[in-house]
Amino acid sequence: MFNIFMILSLIILTIAILFNIYRLIKGPSSADRVQALDAIGINLIAGIAIFSVYLDTHAFFELILLIGILSFIGTIAFARFLERGVVIERKR
Amino acid sequence: MSFLHFLILLPFLACIFIPFIYKKLNIHLGWIVVFVPLFIFINYLLFIPSISKGNYHAFSMPWIPSLGINFDIYMDGLALLFGLIISGVGTLVVVYSIFYMDKNREALHNFYIYLLLFMGAMLGLVSSDHVLVLYTLWELTSVSSFLLIAYWYERKKSRAGALKAMIITVFGGLAMLAGLIILSIIADTYSIREMIANVGIIKESSLFIPALILILIGAFTKSAQFPFSIWLPDAMEAPTPVSAYLHSATMVKAGIYLVARMTPIFGGSATWFWLVSGIGLVTLMYGSFRAVRQTDLKALLAFSTISQLGLIMSLLGVGSAALYYTNGEAQTFYAFALFAALFHLFNHATFKGALFMVVGIIDHETGTRDIRRLGGLMAIMPATFTIALIGSLAMAGLPPFNGFLSKEMFFTGMLRATEVNMFSLEWLTSIFPVVAWVASVFTFIYCFILLVKPFLGELNQSRLPKEKVHEAPIGMLIPPIILGLLVVFVFFFPNLIGKYLLNPALYATLSAEVPAFEIIAWHGFGTELWMTIGVIVFGLLLFFSIKRWTIIFRVFPDQLSINSLYMSGLENMEKKSVSLTDRYMTGNIRHYLLYIFIVTFSVLIIALVGFDGISFDFSTNSYITIYDIGIVIAMVAAAFTTLLTTNRITAIVSLGAVGYIMVMLFVIFRAPDLALTQMVVETATTALFLLCFYHLPKLGKRIEKMKFKLTNLIVSILVGVTVTIMTLVATGHRLFTPINEFFENAYELAGAKNIVNAILVDFRGFDTMLEIAVLFIAGIGVYTLIKLRPKGDDSQ
Repeated sequence: MFNIFMILSLIILTIAILFNIYRLIKGPSSADRVQALDAIGINLIAGIAIFSVYLDTHAFFELILLIGILSFIGTIAFARFLERGVVIERKR
Repeated sequence: MSFLHFLILLPFLACIFIPFIYKKLNIHLGWIVVFVPLFIFINYLLFIPSISKGNYHAFSMPWIPSLGINFDIYMDGLALLFGLIISGVGTLVVVYSIFYMDKNREALHNFYIYLLLFMGAMLGLVSSDHVLVLYTLWELTSVSSFLLIAYWYERKKSRAGALKAMIITVFGGLAMLAGLIILSIIADTYSIREMIANVGIIKESSLFIPALILILIGAFTKSAQFPFSIWLPDAMEAPTPVSAYLHSATMVKAGIYLVARMTPIFGGSATWFWLVSGIGLVTLMYGSFRAVRQTDLKALLAFSTISQLGLIMSLLGVGSAALYYTNGEAQTFYAFALFAALFHLFNHATFKGALFMVVGIIDHETGTRDIRRLGGLMAIMPATFTIALIGSLAMAGLPPFNGFLSKEMFFTGMLRATEVNMFSLEWLTSIFPVVAWVASVFTFIYCFILLVKPFLGELNQSRLPKEKVHEAPIGMLIPPIILGLLVVFVFFFPNLIGKYLLNPALYATLSAEVPAFEIIAWHGFGTELWMTIGVIVFGLLLFFSIKRWTIIFRVFPDQLSINSLYMSGLENMEKKSVSLTDRYMTGNIRHYLLYIFIVTFSVLIIALVGFDGISFDFSTNSYITIYDIGIVIAMVAAAFTTLLTTNRITAIVSLGAVGYIMVMLFVIFRAPDLALTQMVVETATTALFLLCFYHLPKLGKRIEKMKFKLTNLIVSILVGVTVTIMTLVATGHRLFTPINEFFENAYELAGAKNIVNAILVDFRGFDTMLEIAVLFIAGIGVYTLIKLRPKGDDSQ
């Protein structure tokens, strides 16, 4: 019973990723696509968490933290790029 | 190492010392060098008594004993005959060159080093018993001849002639090497003597004909036989002593030597008979015909050499029939032709050497060799004229000179060829004497041109480059005088050399017992004599009417000559290969990638289909869950977006998405470490892509859709399908059990709970070290690319 719930939520998360991919493909502006990528990252976190519960392991916990950090950094980098055209500015 | 080895290696030893003594000498270097061939010649003369009794001398010197390669020397009559010609004419040529080559203007050390290299190689070649040593020295003669032809390397024609000689003779040399290797495989020995002893095995082999043809190509190219004769006239750009030595007396006879040496092995077979005698006759005809129209004296002599070599070759071919007959009488009948070949070989070396030296003298004293500018030199150069008279009449085959004897014997041999009744196509032999006779008429004509044009008639001083033409210095005249005397001497005492040199050489060539031949100067009114008289009558008639019939040379346009065929062939080969290379080496990376992909998948598919490897086995596969399908769909969608998008930012973002979803795949397949690394690397790569994107040049930046190319689509689909099939097939072909059980002992063996990390740093730590090195190199590479810029490049 518990496992079925887990799998069900995994499937729902996958569908969410697919919708995000749709946004990624379609997204009229670049900002839409970056948002979609960020959301994919969040969905991955959730998926990995549920998967860890399902497998009864804590081997993937570091990964969850890492995705959290990196998708944040990635989104910030994209945002800077879209706004200023560069990711890292030179210090003068 | 025996004394004979020392004699053969002496020229090479002398080469080493020449550069050291050259600078310190006040006299002409040739005065020192001349002792080398003289010493060899005298020592070779000492061999005559024992060899004329039918003995031979064999010596061995280890070279590469583990491969069975030894410097084996076998001194018999044939080797001695050639050795005496090489060292004897060599001595005379060095003496001649002392007066011909200017001490102050010429690089004499180069000249004599090349000449001695050649002499040593030639001496070793004719006495070597080991086929691979023979080949080595054969190529050394080619190389030293190349160096000698291009002695005046600042002249374009010298370089062209040297190149042509090199290409053709090395082509033949390589063919010969192949033939010799085949031969030594058949006979299971490298020694020529042992091959002759096992001739029965060789004749039965299926590789007999290929070996025969390959060796003959080598002999024909070296001896300037038709159609490989074209290098010899161009080799006349060499200094005249070189022409006299290499291109009349020695190197061009290396092929003759090879044919004579191989006669006991190949002789008696129809292929050998027809090829050697047929090509020889064609060459004889071609050379004498072409010689008539030459205006340059050296070119005339070159074509006459070609023609005379053809004569010797055809006699060798006819003589090889002697090995077909076991009956003593018939054997003797044809062995006479071989005897004639050896006799003419000797005679040719004498009179042709003398003639080349005469031409050198004319060139040296008047400044030209063009017969249209020369004339009336008889009164000015009486000694030179006398030698020219002796030489050209000997070449024409008139008494009282040695050429008369060998030409009579040549006619005898050709007449006897008509009685050959052992091979198919016997009717062909009946034209042998006709061709021989016609060629002799032409020989007569060019000999008279050589004699009459420069020496008779009026001297036209205004046409000559040099003023005050006078007789050559005595030193320059001595060598041709010696040769001229030899020409006359051999006519009156032919049996002296017949008994001591030619009969042992014949015995070596035939490697069978035949009664010793006597050379008779007068043998009654035979057919041969009438043929000679006919040659003289027709030759004189044609010579005096030469202006009327030279029109026939215009019938054969120059474009159809072998030379232009060779030149255009070379040119076309170069052009074709350039255009071929240009066609596929486009410089476009997309094309190269296409080649790589096409080759990869076609090789894989051919291997899979050819070895019947396509078999699927899904029994060990695990189940596919809905979740897996969802992840894969997401990944495929992102990948297609990358392909089909028009926007670069979209492509980068969707590529990032592919990477992120990949992380999920790693999670599903329970690989936490991979997932971690993949996550970090993907983020870093995406950031790098963004960096690259920003730095695209402003000018001409067009954001447009990728061009659709059908080939690319097909190739990419095929590669994808191939790799997929490969992967699927590989799972069905698991032959051995995996070794992962070993790594499961990670805790006991390495004290690690994480197997992946234990493998990376403990079990297979070496790979990790090198991967670290790769990253290190990449880092340094990026740093240098950014920091180090060529000077003057101010752009960022």
